[in-house]
Order: sequence, then C-alpha cells, then structure tokens
Amino acid sequence: MNRSRRLKLRIFRTVVLLLMGAFFLLPIGAMVEFSTRGNSVISPRTLDAWVLIAQTPGLVKGIVTSLQLAVITSLGMLVLLLPTMVWVRLRLPQISRIVEFICLLPLTVPAIALVVGLKPLYIWININVTPSVLALAFAYLILVLPYSYRSLDAGLAAIDLKTLSEAARSLGAGWITVMWRIVIPNMPSAILNAGLLSVALVLGEYTVASLLNFQNLQVEVAYVGLTNAPTSTAVAVGALVLAFVLLMVLTLVGGRLQQHNYIPGQRA
Amino acid sequence: MTAAGNPALNTAARPTRGGRRLSLSWLGVMPFFVYVGLFLLLPTAIVVIGSLTAPTGGVSLTNFVGIDKPYMVKAFTLSLSVSAVSAVAGAFFGAVLAYAVVTGNPRGLLRRSIMSASGVLAQFGGVALAFAFIATFSTVGFVTVFLKDHGIDIYANGVWLYDPPGITLIYVYFQIPLMVLVFLPALDGIRPQWREATESLGGSTWHYWRYVAGPLLAPAFLGCTLLLFANAFSAYATIAALLTNGGVYVPLQIQALLTSETEQSQPGLAQALAVAMILIVVIVMTLYTLLQRRTTRWLR
Repeated sequence: MNRSRRLKLRIFRTVVLLLMGAFFLLPIGAMVEFSTRGNSVISPRTLDAWVLIAQTPGLVKGIVTSLQLAVITSLGMLVLLLPTMVWVRLRLPQISRIVEFICLLPLTVPAIALVVGLKPLYIWININVTPSVLALAFAYLILVLPYSYRSLDAGLAAIDLKTLSEAARSLGAGWITVMWRIVIPNMPSAILNAGLLSVALVLGEYTVASLLNFQNLQVEVAYVGLTNAPTSTAVAVGALVLAFVLLMVLTLVGGRLQQHNYIPGQRA
Repeated sequence: MTAAGNPALNTAARPTRGGRRLSLSWLGVMPFFVYVGLFLLLPTAIVVIGSLTAPTGGVSLTNFVGIDKPYMVKAFTLSLSVSAVSAVAGAFFGAVLAYAVVTGNPRGLLRRSIMSASGVLAQFGGVALAFAFIATFSTVGFVTVFLKDHGIDIYANGVWLYDPPGITLIYVYFQIPLMVLVFLPALDGIRPQWREATESLGGSTWHYWRYVAGPLLAPAFLGCTLLLFANAFSAYATIAALLTNGGVYVPLQIQALLTSETEQSQPGLAQALAVAMILIVVIVMTLYTLLQRRTTRWLR
C-alpha cells in the first residue's frame, strides 16, 4: 500500500469513528444530562431523579421482577435447549435442520404479532395455572431462542462432542454426568454468551409484557415516564449501562476463555 | 456411581437401529417440541386461523378486507416507508463504519469494543431508546437547547421528532450497529490480495470497487439491508413509548385493537394485521437467506 493511500485511509477511519462515536454517545450522554437536571434552568445539577428511583415502589418492583425473569429465562433456556441440541447432534442428526428452523422462527414472527396469539393462551394460564408476572418467562424463552441457539450452536461446533461423549460413556458416565461434567465445562463462553444475551433481552423487553398487562421493568419505566420523565430516564440509562458492562465483561472474559479452549484445526 | 450395570443404558449406547431405540431417541427431544409447540407454534396457529375465521364462523377473508380502510392503508404505507428508509440509511452508514473497523487491527481493542458496543446498541430498542431521543432532541432536549442557544432552531418548521422523519432517525440508531454485526463477516472475506491483483493489472481504486469488491459485496449488502428492513418493521416498543397517544403505524394499530373495546366488534382484524406483518417479514427474511447463501458461497 502506498503512503498517500495509507494516509487517506487513516483520515477516513478517524473521521468515521469520530462522527459515529458522537452520534452514538450523544443520546446516552443526553440521558445522563437530562436525569441530573434541576427544576429550573439555573438550578445546579442534582441527583434527585436518581434518588427517587428507590422511592418509587413501582420501579423497584419492576426492577426485581425483570431480574427474576432474566434469571428464570436464562436457566430455563439452558435446561430446555442445551440437552436438546446435544441430543440432536449425537442421536438425531436428521432433525437438526428442523430444530434450527424452529429456533430461528421467532425472528420471522414479530413479537407484536406473536403476542396476538399469546393473549388467549395467557388468559388461560392466568386463570388455571398462575396469575404471577413470572409466567412471562414462558414467552421470553421463545423470544431468546434464536440468539441462544446461534450461540450454543457455535459452542457445540467448536468441540468434538461425539468423541468426548463416547469417551465419557465408555468410562461409565450417564447422560447427566456427560452434560454436567463434559459438555458444560467445555463450552463456558458459549453458555455465558447465550445466558447474557437472554438477560439483556429480558431486561429490555416491553412489547409482550405491556400487551399482556404485566408490569415488568420497561412497562414501569414507560409508565413513570408519563409523570416523572427524569426518574424514568435515570432508570433507562442505568439499565443500559448495566447491559454495556455485562456484555463488555463477556467480550473480555469470553475472548480469554476461547483462547484457553482453542483446539488446533477446529476453526479456521 | 457407574452405569455399567444398567442394561437399559448399555442398550441405549449401542449404535444399533432398533424400533425401541429409535423411540427412546425421540423421547429425548420431546420436551423441546412440546414447549415450542405450546408457546410458539400454537400462538402462531391461533393468529393464522383466527385471521381466516369470519365473525360468524367459517373460513373467509373478511378480516383482511378491514385492512382496506384508508387509515389502515396509511398505517402500512408509513410503517413500510419508515422501515425502508431507516434500513437503507442504516445499511449505508453501517457499511461505512464496518469498513473503518475492518481496515484496523483485527485483534485490536478498538475492533473488540466496537463489536460488543454494536451488540448492545443493536438490542437497544424499546422504551430506553425513546427516552434517549426525547432527552436529546425533544423541545427541552440537550441538543435542541444547545443549538438554540447558538442561534439554530432545529424545530423552526415544527417539531418533527414524533413524525416519520424523527422515527426514522431513531431507528437508524439501532440499524447501524446491527449492520456492523451482520456485514462485517462479509467484509472480512475480502482479501487484500484481490486489491493487489487489481493494482498489478493496472486498475485504480475505482476499478477495484467497481469491478471486484463491489460485485462481491453487493449480495451481502442487499441481504443485510433486507434484514434491517425486517428488524425495523417488527419494532414496536420504541414507537409505543414515543407516541403515547397512539399513531398511525401497523404495530400501534394492533395495540389499539388488542387493548380497546373495538376488538369486540372486530375480533379477527388484529389477527389479520398480525398475519400481514408475519407475511411481509417472512418474504423479506427468505430473500435475505437466499442472498446470504450466495454470499457465503463466494466469500470463503
């Protein structure tokens, strides 16, 4: 590459990264600014809106609910999906395409359309099973399927599942032992990835909860926002920063785990 | 604990293909199929069957006739145009950003941080995004006030944040990161040797983009644009939080039908709208998959 083109490329990259950085950081910065505003134009910066989060019962309840839902959904996803995917790879490779198709199906059914069909189902669940808001986890497990599937599929593709499980089985291990002591320890970053993506999705979910009349974090944030915009904005930016930190940790930890687990010749 | 003494397990481990062994294998995937059957396939079936059922019973397309009303037509026109414009803009700027990323150090911190930031921001739809833009561009927003203090009134011709141009701008905010995520692998597949080959044959930068990189990347770019379109078209939470008094967009029409009394008179219309949305997304995503397949064939 000649010098003038290298210089041009460097200028291009700097300009693009600066402009994009500004576009993406500005709204987040503005949220912080907005949530620390005083009552009038001249009043000094205040953390009143942030303090008010703890004093708004609805918000606290919404935060707790969404965190519970996030944990239930990620664990439920792992319990349902991981054994199925391992089983399909080992025993029923002929239906792997069907499982993949079903797992990616939620991408083509918009949540707002799915909720139309979920509504009668949830009326039934509310009456016959439980009226609890935690029943939302049933629907959330479907919403996280595509992302979890891709993450776990990449993880399973990177290990020699057949050899590992046959070795374990020939040494007398049962299927539970194979799952717990062979599969899970061999793909920590894929499992962490799938779990954190599910957590991020559940913490940000609004469509299904609001249309099924459940109060989760986002529904509360939208509701409080009608009367007290700064406090709502404070919660929103707080949740966003939390998601950022979670996924940044994932990238750093995940990168290290992957290197640690690297098997030569497995991946290009 | 060993399972060696357990005859059932030993039989299961043997690679024979008997009838009993086959049914045992199927038993292992039953929980998954029962679950997705109940919470994914059944709701979808309810929507599709409901949309095809006439208020008086029996199969008919009566519900879809309701879409013919002027405000429904407007809802589809608006939803489709906002999705299309935000997809094209997001694809363009996303591709530019992806190119800036890909020309850097592939193992560098910059690339890793941009990739994980894109992962978060592409998911950053919903209520928080609406609040972010209210804090930034509403009449009391940070940027609006700042510019006004410096003599620029972005709302000289009226407030556009809650109109289609504003919604499009907000959508671009999550479209660009998604484009970076889905387009980067295609850019990674472009080899520096191809550029060198172009140069050794006397080609300029323009020739390289016009005859080598452009045609190779075109299917991927087009496919990713379609994905972005489907992404924007399915979005609901942001406009719901932004337009609290309702608005003329398809998802908001479904919301109005689901939450109001009108549903009593037209039980199938919400289902018909949902089916129309699903159909549009399915068509777009099928095209995306076809283009993606073509891309992976070329860029290995």
